[in-house]
Amino acid sequence: MGGTTGKNINVTVKVWRQRNKNEKGSFETHDMKGVSTDMSFLEMFDVLNERLITEGKDPVAFDHDCREGICGMCSMYINGRPHGPKNAVTTCQLHMRSFNDGDTIVVEPWRSAAFPVVKDLVVDRAAFDRVIAAGGFVSVNTGNAKDANNILIPKPEADEAFNAAACIGCGACVAACKNGSAMLFVSAKVSQLALLPQGKIEAEKRVLDMVHQMDVEGFGNCTNTGACEAECPKSISLENIARMNREYVFASANEKK
Amino acid sequence: MASSKKLNSNIPEGQLELKWTTYRSTVHLVNPANKRSLEVLIIGSGLAGASAAATLAEMGYKVKVFCFQDSPRRAHSIAAQGGVNAAKNYQNDGDSVYRLFYDTIKGGDYRAREANVHRLAEVSGNIIDQCVAQGVPFAREYGGLLSNRSFGGTQVQRTFYAAGQTGQQLLLGAYSALQRQVGMGAVKLLARHEMLDIVNIDGKCRGIIARDLVSGKLERHFGHAVLLCTGGYGNVFFLSTNAMGSNVTAAWKAHKKGAFFGNPCYTQIHPTCIPVSGDHQSKLTLMSESLRNDGRIWVPKSKEHAQAIASGKMNPNDLKEDDRDYYLERRYPAFGNLVPRDVASRAAKERCDAGFGVNATGQAVYLDFAFNMKYKYGKTEATKKGIENPTEEQLTEFGQAVIKEKYGNLFDMYAQITGVDPYKNPMMIYPAVHYTMGGLWVDYHLMTTVPGLYALGEANFSDHGANRLGASALMQGLADGYFVIPYTIGEYLSEEIRTKAIPTDNEAFVKAEQDVNDRLNKFLNIKGTKSVDHFHKRLGHVMWDKCGMARNAEGLKWAIEEIKKIRSEFWSDVRVPGTANEFNPELEKAGRVADFIELGELMCMDALHRNESCGGHFREEYQTEEGEAKRDDDKFAYVAAWEYKGESNFELHKEELKFDNIKIAQRSYK
Repeated sequence: MGGTTGKNINVTVKVWRQRNKNEKGSFETHDMKGVSTDMSFLEMFDVLNERLITEGKDPVAFDHDCREGICGMCSMYINGRPHGPKNAVTTCQLHMRSFNDGDTIVVEPWRSAAFPVVKDLVVDRAAFDRVIAAGGFVSVNTGNAKDANNILIPKPEADEAFNAAACIGCGACVAACKNGSAMLFVSAKVSQLALLPQGKIEAEKRVLDMVHQMDVEGFGNCTNTGACEAECPKSISLENIARMNREYVFASANEKK
Repeated sequence: MASSKKLNSNIPEGQLELKWTTYRSTVHLVNPANKRSLEVLIIGSGLAGASAAATLAEMGYKVKVFCFQDSPRRAHSIAAQGGVNAAKNYQNDGDSVYRLFYDTIKGGDYRAREANVHRLAEVSGNIIDQCVAQGVPFAREYGGLLSNRSFGGTQVQRTFYAAGQTGQQLLLGAYSALQRQVGMGAVKLLARHEMLDIVNIDGKCRGIIARDLVSGKLERHFGHAVLLCTGGYGNVFFLSTNAMGSNVTAAWKAHKKGAFFGNPCYTQIHPTCIPVSGDHQSKLTLMSESLRNDGRIWVPKSKEHAQAIASGKMNPNDLKEDDRDYYLERRYPAFGNLVPRDVASRAAKERCDAGFGVNATGQAVYLDFAFNMKYKYGKTEATKKGIENPTEEQLTEFGQAVIKEKYGNLFDMYAQITGVDPYKNPMMIYPAVHYTMGGLWVDYHLMTTVPGLYALGEANFSDHGANRLGASALMQGLADGYFVIPYTIGEYLSEEIRTKAIPTDNEAFVKAEQDVNDRLNKFLNIKGTKSVDHFHKRLGHVMWDKCGMARNAEGLKWAIEEIKKIRSEFWSDVRVPGTANEFNPELEKAGRVADFIELGELMCMDALHRNESCGGHFREEYQTEEGEAKRDDDKFAYVAAWEYKGESNFELHKEELKFDNIKIAQRSYK
């Protein structure tokens, strides 16, 4: 218990290589020997890249930044699951002890029409930023705010809004969905602001604008399979989608009046 | 001591409490029509950058925002756990603007500027108001009011929080405000863009050279003013709690073009992080300071026991009470396990250096919850349940439930990273770098020594002195962006309304772009044998060993020479694959590490010249008989601002620190 808990394993990594969004990609196979099970999955990729660089080859490009599960930048599709085999964990928090000696691990980028590949495992998720720009905010300029405790919010509502706001915008929901739908991501922001009094005033416009932008970006439709919730590293609930649908129907009806 | 002629802090005259109010009422303004033709470039999209961008765009300025990640929401502000301080006094416990000001100056070991810190405390309440208005879901009480907790050794409850994800929620609030302006066309967002130089024309900053990281193309951008909101430089140590991409490049480029660097040696090392597990380690993860409320820190009393535990031959739970050294409780009976961060970190290092570390690398101590789990919480729960003589098993069971309720998410994270169950075994922890108090020197307006170039948030040196208090980083980032720069930038831009946008075929832009291009090609053409990470790790080792928790003159002199060697080997033997005309993360890293190497040398020089111990800067030669930090206020009550004069050549300028509103005292925790 005092020292390292790990042992060393050998794994085979089949990783997607694609020079840029225009060229065709293919899998490349690498044998990884003596991988410490204390390593994180991304550290295993660091070791692979170190080797490729010394061999004069092109290292594998992948997105990552905070490596503590909160920035939402890491995005690997591992053995057919976004963020790999463990539930409620991002790729950067996945460790090699979740794999066995002799395993073959297949690693691909997020696959979705709205997330074009930039290089190898890196995709372009700017569509999410544009959805937020369409309405994922409260219209309040700096300096307009009243004293914070003048807005009372019941604790259950505040907690529920927080749970929705915990979304890290990684796009695993889109990658997990057979239709490439972004409903879980969009509904998390719609829900957070619909639950709070600050967001109520422009709730109808918000849901219409964000859903419109979501469609413009080429995300697919929701067919209620629940894969998004199952694969979400932050366990964002499907109830948010139900709430967004209610908000949307209500707003659409009012818009027609 | 008089301040250097090259440093004018531009602190307004008058009484401390009235400086900011008077300033705001008399600062020059820019009329709305003129704002539309004034362009501001903002580098970085964390709390400081996003809040400044949103606010300046709301006011009518033309704004461009640059970030190296794929989205502004990734900035490392997102990882802050604990909370944000504000002098609201909602708890009616005696808090006030003055107290927040006082705590911050004292916490910084009397090495921060009074006027800036007071302004920070004054606007702290507005930050909470603004965030709530945006829909930031702060923790609340059952009555619907905002909840507070205490933090970092202060005596009041002034910390606002959103579970253990306060940074995330504040950043997403600022990001929403920013995206609103993007949607309205008031801000142009350039993600996956990295600033690689500033462009000065006739002594003023007039723009930047940026690289589109996807296409590799270099771009020239003109701005009437440039704001660097690019965070801290903790990654100079290779291993830190910073994100992998956090870097000093923007600040360092500015430094080499005339911006003085303030107090580079002031680094905060957080005592409770998950220890290094092997050579593959890429970054370190913080375990919240709040754990020290219930965890007791110890190592074995004998080296034999330490070695037996480290090699796995002995289970730490089997070591008798008498054989354990609760060294913080022993050395600091008054504060015990709750001494400030710098003190706790140094004490852990001292024990491990002496050979008492408890893991294979010898660099870990225990943070043990068993005692409080059983005898504090377990007993209380048993009493509540009316069980008079609970068994040991019952005590453990009851206590675990309480610990889980309080710290469940942190315990889960620990188990995920280490593979060890912290409910059954004591946590292993070790100090790690996580914040840098130093940064670009700025005046009261947040302007650097280059006119038109500003630095906000962790990128500047201004508010935390030699040691930052918990929950104050988020406060400063948002204060600078939402409430300070929107006023202070007017003072400069009101003089620029006649300046037309300078065409980017101007020779200064052409030359700067050519220099950047040459440097990129230089990296690629070395074609050496070692990766960028190889050099980064070597630099990190030197910095950690010689310029980390404890420093001495001999070690620092050695480090300066060693860093020069690393630099020369880097420039002759680094291998950067690929080309400059494509997405090339290794090329990005090469540029950042080259800058870290130069900064590392300056940090060591700064640490060497400061012949005293203060806050995060502990010089072994300057300590009391009991091993505590010994300040020298007669000689060192100044900000060290370094001017770049060429390779390995920096000139020191001093800004004298005057304390007119606070009585300076020695800190003691015994």
